[in-house]
Amino acid sequence: MNALAVHSLWTTAAEPLNKIPAPKIEYTQLAPVLIVVGAAVLSVLVEAFVPRKGRYFSQLFLSVAALAASFAAVVGLAAGGYGTTKARIAAMGAIAVDGPALFLQGTILLASIVAVFTFAERRLDPADHGHQVDSFAAEAAAVPGGDHEKAAVKAGFTTTEVFPLALFAVAGMLVFPAANDLLTLFIALEVFSLPLYLLCALARRKRLLSQEAALKYFLLGAFSSAFLLFGIALLYGYAGSVSYATIAGVVDGSVSSVNPALADTMGNDALLLIGFALLLMGLLFKVGAVPFHMWTPDVYQGAPTPVTGFMAAATKVAAFGALLRLLYVVLPGLTWDWRPVMWGVAIVTMLGGAVVAITQTDIKRLLAYSSIAHAGFLLAGVIAATPSGISSVLFYLGAYSFVTIGAFAVVTLVRDAGGEATHLSKWAGLGRRSPLVAAVFAVFLLAFAGIPLTSGFSGKFAVFKAAAEGGAGALVVVGVLASAIAAFFYIRVIVLMFFSEPKADGPTVAVPSVLTTLTITTGVVVTLLLGFAPQYFLDLAGQAGVFVR
Amino acid sequence: MDNLIALLIAAPLLGAAVLLCGGRRLDKIGHWLGTLLAASSFVIGLVLFADMLGRSADDRAMYQHLFSWIPVGGFQADIAFQLDQLSMTFVLLITGVGTLIHVYSIGYMEHDERRRRFFGYLNLFVAAMLLLVLADNYLLLYFGWEGVGLASYLLIGFWQHKPSAATAAKKAFLVNRVGDIGLSIAIMLMFTTFGTFAFGPVLESAGETSEGKLTAIGLMLLLAACGKSAQVPLQSWLGDAMEGPTPVSALIHAATMVTAGVYLIVRSADIFNAAPDAQLVVTVVGAVTLLFGAIVGCAKDDIKKALAGSTMSQIGYMILAAGLGPIGYAFAIMHLVTHGFFKAGLFLGAGSVMHGMNDEVDMRKYGGLRKYMPVTFVTFGLGYLAIIGFPGLSGFFSKDKIIEAAFAKGGTEGWILGAVTLLGAAITAYYMTRVMLMTFFGEKRWQPDAEGREPHPHESPKSMTIPMVLLAFGSVFAGGVFGIGDRFVTWLEPVTAFEHGHPPISAGAITSATVAVMVIGVGIAYLQYGRRPVPVVAPRGSLLTRAARRDLLQDDFNHAVFVTGGTHLTRSLVYVDHSLVDGVVNGTAAGVGGLSGRLRKLQNGYVRSYAVSMFGGTAVLIAATLLMRAV
Repeated sequence: MNALAVHSLWTTAAEPLNKIPAPKIEYTQLAPVLIVVGAAVLSVLVEAFVPRKGRYFSQLFLSVAALAASFAAVVGLAAGGYGTTKARIAAMGAIAVDGPALFLQGTILLASIVAVFTFAERRLDPADHGHQVDSFAAEAAAVPGGDHEKAAVKAGFTTTEVFPLALFAVAGMLVFPAANDLLTLFIALEVFSLPLYLLCALARRKRLLSQEAALKYFLLGAFSSAFLLFGIALLYGYAGSVSYATIAGVVDGSVSSVNPALADTMGNDALLLIGFALLLMGLLFKVGAVPFHMWTPDVYQGAPTPVTGFMAAATKVAAFGALLRLLYVVLPGLTWDWRPVMWGVAIVTMLGGAVVAITQTDIKRLLAYSSIAHAGFLLAGVIAATPSGISSVLFYLGAYSFVTIGAFAVVTLVRDAGGEATHLSKWAGLGRRSPLVAAVFAVFLLAFAGIPLTSGFSGKFAVFKAAAEGGAGALVVVGVLASAIAAFFYIRVIVLMFFSEPKADGPTVAVPSVLTTLTITTGVVVTLLLGFAPQYFLDLAGQAGVFVR
Repeated sequence: MDNLIALLIAAPLLGAAVLLCGGRRLDKIGHWLGTLLAASSFVIGLVLFADMLGRSADDRAMYQHLFSWIPVGGFQADIAFQLDQLSMTFVLLITGVGTLIHVYSIGYMEHDERRRRFFGYLNLFVAAMLLLVLADNYLLLYFGWEGVGLASYLLIGFWQHKPSAATAAKKAFLVNRVGDIGLSIAIMLMFTTFGTFAFGPVLESAGETSEGKLTAIGLMLLLAACGKSAQVPLQSWLGDAMEGPTPVSALIHAATMVTAGVYLIVRSADIFNAAPDAQLVVTVVGAVTLLFGAIVGCAKDDIKKALAGSTMSQIGYMILAAGLGPIGYAFAIMHLVTHGFFKAGLFLGAGSVMHGMNDEVDMRKYGGLRKYMPVTFVTFGLGYLAIIGFPGLSGFFSKDKIIEAAFAKGGTEGWILGAVTLLGAAITAYYMTRVMLMTFFGEKRWQPDAEGREPHPHESPKSMTIPMVLLAFGSVFAGGVFGIGDRFVTWLEPVTAFEHGHPPISAGAITSATVAVMVIGVGIAYLQYGRRPVPVVAPRGSLLTRAARRDLLQDDFNHAVFVTGGTHLTRSLVYVDHSLVDGVVNGTAAGVGGLSGRLRKLQNGYVRSYAVSMFGGTAVLIAATLLMRAV
């Protein structure tokens, strides 16, 4: 290399960097996410600067206000036509603002508001040293059972950090179904996963179990993230881009030679297929599909019950949103490749969840397996590969999340000396002792089982109808059989509650504050409303069922 | 004028609703209200009749579409009515005789504390029966058909404190169920064949359909008719139905409801005309029942059961005539109407006798009542003369025509059917004379009843005798009014079509034969019961007599075949259910449970095995994706 060449290199590099354009950010269209992220940051500051006594109320107020404002922003965007005619890709191609994104963001936000109510519940546990306590550890860093913990309890410490953690998680979940390139997808995944790992470790009672659950969740989550990231890398190698639109273009052949440096690998189908499979695995892990489901029961059982409800509802919504976008926007050209694979996954998920649930003896584990079976039913709708498939999955997610949060909220009420009484034998005769609570729980169980006049039936019917119309009739048959198996263990709990003699040392039902009452009431109202009069919401989901490309 | 049709039904229906829901406040006026509403229905019927007569014969049918009942895609069921000459005949019979029997019941049920309810049920019956005959489609007809079945059930079991009445009601209900299934199958067949069950389209296109289907529909309709009209093999309930109050026996189980089967067959004439095999079965059923009922009627000592056997036999005549096709339809309906008069009169007479005899029904304990109950005697006697076919009275005209038509069927069949109808006429004369002699003639054979009360036979009150007198007028003159100059045939012809039958022997000869066999029957009965004293305790009797007393062993047959057989069938089905079906179901459940227990072990709590599961799953996922492409 001669001096001139060296010089030219230097001078080129020394040229001013004014060629890089400033990114164009559509702040109004991203408002739902920005509000929540901003509130989360503010919430950290509250944690740092507001005195301990005032934190609980300020955090609760801040969280609910932020979530409500964000929901208002979503409604505003939807009313402004961003869900339909004005749907667009925002933030330099990173985030999509369209019908499915807004619908799912709205669902996540509503579910999060009622979940935050259960986070803030302080009436269920008896006061400890004169301090009202919630479901979370007094000081998470203290060794369980150690002196430090005792001191923290005595001092009345509470982990108000759960609010900023929840807000960060919600922010990630809002981005996840809207992500329009693979890197944004990955970052959103991590943004909502990390706070969830932490939240899982924060139970006040049974802290070792809680910490074990969190560690398992973290390890397996990291494991699956690695797969996901590797899949992203392979897809980049295939398409030369992480943008959804570009990848889709390369798959169907309308875009070529994006990046000359990748000429060797571009268009290599092996990269595409393996990358796709790995990416799919990462998302299936999050929705809890068999055989990537094994974290679900352990984590659902160990995590503080309000967190379980939040996670079971909101994570599932976000993850299914991302899965839908991946399959319908990025890889519609691969439909013939992914459908058979997804068939298999859906079948083992439906049957696996339903069958293993039969022998469960812990109500939280039972609900965990139930959520696995429901993931299978949702996959059946995803497989439809039709517009009605999208809208039916959207509707199902909305219906399911309220049933789930409501059901877990009821679980927090049934307590004995050791905290929540989650063993099923303890629930015997609950209907005699607390008819109202048992009746409410029965409504949720019937909705899970898909009995008509509950939202579960409307949702399941919509999903199966879409699947059958999409040519997946056999899958519907398996789904109905799995529903029959699932009905057994749901109804068994109802029978246990209403037709068994109450035990002498049975649990008591705590009287909750207005917060949990509100959560449960919302759950029941939504469940019955979507059961009796689903049409308006089906239409709404139908309008929202078009992805922007 | 068409809009009046619905009012025909609405009046008694309103009565039923008010009387059954009104409570005790209506106890004092309930019977008057019920009678008034039945009578108003009759008046509306007369108005419609007058209107109908004022129009030309082809333009007499009226229609009223009330509302669409079950509109589902290609399945259109309407609440719509059709009032043609056939329906009109029934409307007048039902409301006319029905009103008379309402009046009669005021006296008959005077001492019953549930009289209001009784009138409610009677009104319900009238409404349902009118619905049956006014419906313009088979589904609505079925609704009425079930309605009269319900009313019949309620009224047979009206004295439900008597176990025999409750059992009889249940029996009637069950046996009718068999027939009703026939009707429902017939309607389903019609729907699959014609795509509708409205009379118009079904009957118009009946000629263009395959004979096999029509035969099937016809046989199912016949099954329905057998159930409702107590024809062999579904005849067993009618005798027991006499447990109901006598006005019920007169109205429902003699004059109207039991003739619904005849209506059904005549209404479906076009179907039967195109299905000769079904028609033949109809005539056979009619002929068999004709003799069956007559034989049973000869052996019964219970006056109502003897009359019930007679009813069965007379309906056998009608069914037989209906099976003969266009040469018989009009005579079937004509006999139905005349029978409605004289049989209702006979039953009311029997009720009057029972009323005076402490509710005794055994004719062997009557005797010589003509002196004590002159009005009853005269009216009953006129009914008796009518039913045996005494020349000039109602039964003579209608029965003689059926016998002629039976001969006119032609060929061997014609001779056999003709002989059976003649034989039936002889037996009719015999058993009716027997009833007459045992009840009103001879010396008195009354005995104190179980509580030691001596009967004091007396004439019944006016409210009971007036309807009997009016019905007696009908028994005497109706046949002549209808029969002379073929008035009735001309009236019905636009609906049922009519052909003159040509019997192989002259009509005069047949009439003479009819009168001759009648005289023979009366003579034998006189020799047996008029010349000799009637024993108070029934003699053992011949084998046939004993069998006939047991209704020709019908219940023994049903018990042996259906009850015992059914019990065995259900037992074996229960066995199969327990061993096979439950085995499969429980086996599946146990299998799923076992699988669950095994799969559960995979969830061992170790992160490492979870990770292996995920890794393996991913490997399978990749392999499957690649494989799909390779395939």
